[in-house]
Amino acid sequence: MSKMTQETSGGNAACYILELQKVCKSFGLVQANKNIDLQIQPGTIHGIIGENGAGKSTLMNILYGLHRADSGRMFIDGAPTRIKSSADALLLGIGMVHQHFMLIPRFTVLENVMLGSEGGALLKLGRAATIAKLKELGQTFDMEVDPDLLVSDLNVGMRQRVEILKALKGGAKILILDEPTGVLTPQEATQLFDILNKLRAKGVTILLITHKLAEIMAITDNVSIMRGGEMVGHRKTSETNPQELAELMVGRKVLLNVEKPEAKPMDVALTVNNLGCFSSRGHKILDNLSFEVRAGEILGIAGVSGNGQTPLMEILSGMRKPDEGSFEILGKKITPENEVTPNIMRENFIGHIPEDRHKHGLILSFEAYENMVLGFHNSNLTGTKKTLDRNYMLEHCNARMEEYDIRPRNSKLLASSFSGGNQQKIVVARELYKNPKLLIVGEPTRGVDVGAIEFIHKQLIALRDRGCAIILVSVELDEIMGLSDRILVMNKGQEVETIPGEDANAQKLGLMMAGISQGAKN
Amino acid sequence: MIEFFFQFLWALDATLRVATPLMLCAMAGIFSERSGIVDISLEGKLLSGAFVAATIASLTGSAWLGLGGAICASVLMSLLHGFACITHKGDQVVSGVAINFLASGLTVILGIAIFKRGGQTPTLSSDERFRPIELWFVDILDNIPILGSVYRELISGHSLLVYVALICVPVASFILYRTRFGLRLRAVGESPIAVDSAGVSVTWLRYRALIVGGVFCGIAGAYLSISHGANFVREMSAGKGYIALAAVIFGNWRPIRAFWACLMFGFLDAITSRLQGVDLPIIGEIPSQLMVALPYIMTILLLSGFIGRPSPPSAIGLPYRK
Repeated sequence: MSKMTQETSGGNAACYILELQKVCKSFGLVQANKNIDLQIQPGTIHGIIGENGAGKSTLMNILYGLHRADSGRMFIDGAPTRIKSSADALLLGIGMVHQHFMLIPRFTVLENVMLGSEGGALLKLGRAATIAKLKELGQTFDMEVDPDLLVSDLNVGMRQRVEILKALKGGAKILILDEPTGVLTPQEATQLFDILNKLRAKGVTILLITHKLAEIMAITDNVSIMRGGEMVGHRKTSETNPQELAELMVGRKVLLNVEKPEAKPMDVALTVNNLGCFSSRGHKILDNLSFEVRAGEILGIAGVSGNGQTPLMEILSGMRKPDEGSFEILGKKITPENEVTPNIMRENFIGHIPEDRHKHGLILSFEAYENMVLGFHNSNLTGTKKTLDRNYMLEHCNARMEEYDIRPRNSKLLASSFSGGNQQKIVVARELYKNPKLLIVGEPTRGVDVGAIEFIHKQLIALRDRGCAIILVSVELDEIMGLSDRILVMNKGQEVETIPGEDANAQKLGLMMAGISQGAKN
Repeated sequence: MIEFFFQFLWALDATLRVATPLMLCAMAGIFSERSGIVDISLEGKLLSGAFVAATIASLTGSAWLGLGGAICASVLMSLLHGFACITHKGDQVVSGVAINFLASGLTVILGIAIFKRGGQTPTLSSDERFRPIELWFVDILDNIPILGSVYRELISGHSLLVYVALICVPVASFILYRTRFGLRLRAVGESPIAVDSAGVSVTWLRYRALIVGGVFCGIAGAYLSISHGANFVREMSAGKGYIALAAVIFGNWRPIRAFWACLMFGFLDAITSRLQGVDLPIIGEIPSQLMVALPYIMTILLLSGFIGRPSPPSAIGLPYRK
């Protein structure tokens, strides 16, 4: 730390390992970065926080040479620099761990690490050196990985280590991590932070991009806040607090937690009995799952993504047939022999907010009013005529847009022209309109800004209090804990445990998500 | 017994001749497709290679210049394909089909314009072609029973280009799996963005893959018109490019396996001509159309999952956009 104070006291540009001045970047009409100024001190962990769409990833991609800035200046160690490609960035000692890993699943760890810095025209020339380097780095930073394993056989945490090793092996002095904990369990995140602390101790400068306040508070030295493509503030982490950061991020006061009155569970709305199903490759992806949900309660389903949540939602919404077991919705029993389609499910008053709204929730190239009746085209939402009544649909859409504050208020705009939060509001408005008795919700706030998150959460709780049974699948533990009355944790397609919402904390859920049960079943 | 042995030997010998252009085209296809570019234009490159080889050999009297010309023509076609679908991110199948049509039309028109023989080129004399070459020790090994005959009939006595094709297979395999270029090439077909973020140019890498493919197809084309045949005949590639593509899929985008697939398709072709009009016990006469269609039928069965599970490069067919 003495090094840091000494260098800050210098006061000129040379003391920053990285400095940006007035960096701008537009994509078409969208200005993703506006006059960004940023100064990073060497040997620190610098957090960059902002909502989805605030321009963090764009900025990092500019730093890493994947995008080129329209204007602005960049200095590394005080020297003016232009980064035109990733190759330039790597030469300057900038390494990046992307949100979506840049690994090739069919390659071994070694092949992935060697890619781009093979050490000669023949692979065997660089192989031994790479293995030795990997081993050395692995031991120094406590992240050893067998170089001969296929990446497809590694879990997410290990894959991330491979990414970090890849960057370090290239000699990175500045390591950019883009939303690194999004895919990790809390325990894996803790391990990652240990590694980051060790890296900082060895003099590596780290840029941590995240939208999670807790992470900023836990590990960074300094933090810069972005909103709407601009830098809105720089703080020393020790001199700020989550509330202030949240306000800077959103630009107004926010409730970090939505108020939730006590649940009043009523009759059982959904009973799931020994449900199971197989992937197309014959793996069991849902295994002997049983639970029930009552009207007027929210059952949260927590788990690292890819542990059976998706097939469960697909089965309950009629998109996929179960292979084993059965479930009973409002007295209607469904077994593998039954014909199920999303349409039949809708007729039984089931609403579905799919986890991937672009793939299953909306047709992006359709206009808003058409999306507003999607799946309900046989109902009276399209008017009373035999054909689709365009004016009726437009009016219906206008009314919903008013009610849900969907912006811009233009029913004829393509779904793709709305922001993530407003797109999700279209889906929510559509699915809630018919007052479903059971609502299946997947990742309702993924890629949605904080303001819309608050709104959607309030809607879900209001729906619950109107007597709807809600199944909420989310990988965001804060969301699960904030909304759920009971929490079912899944691992490898099985139930680990179900606990009351008030008993949950991140530590406990994290262990359960890793498959470790926390005592007696509730 | 002896007669059957020689029949079999000749069938294998014919297999090798038929399979040579398949092997070269299949290697071209592997390089292109492993880099993420669908290469349905193998057929067109093969055809243009064949035409240019015959034309130049006929005009200059040199088989080697013919070969060089074939390679240039085929690489040019590759670059056109690359320009459309790498630089301008066009649809790879559309571009490939367009190249096939282009080659089909252009060869005939140019052929008529140059030689005025209805699209054919003049028949080449033997020193304007790649003639069969006799390998060393044929006479000495002749004294050894079986082995001697195998050596004389099957291994020796092919054109230089056949041996080139045979060497191309292990060379392709070596390049793909043992060299830096190969590693990057396989990577760019799986995840171009990973390659980009590793600081390697996706565009240049894919162009290089297509150029290598162009060279292979050019050699294959030259083989058709100035080694196996003695002139260019319109549409002389006769679907070999497509069969090579089938062999690529059959070989799961791996050189050695694709090589076996080429031999298998070549063998089917070789016995088709022998079985024509022959009544087999039980089955009777096999219609030749069935035999010709067999490679395609087998490929469709393969693709629909009846024989194993093909695993194409993950990023195949997708233009790279940042």
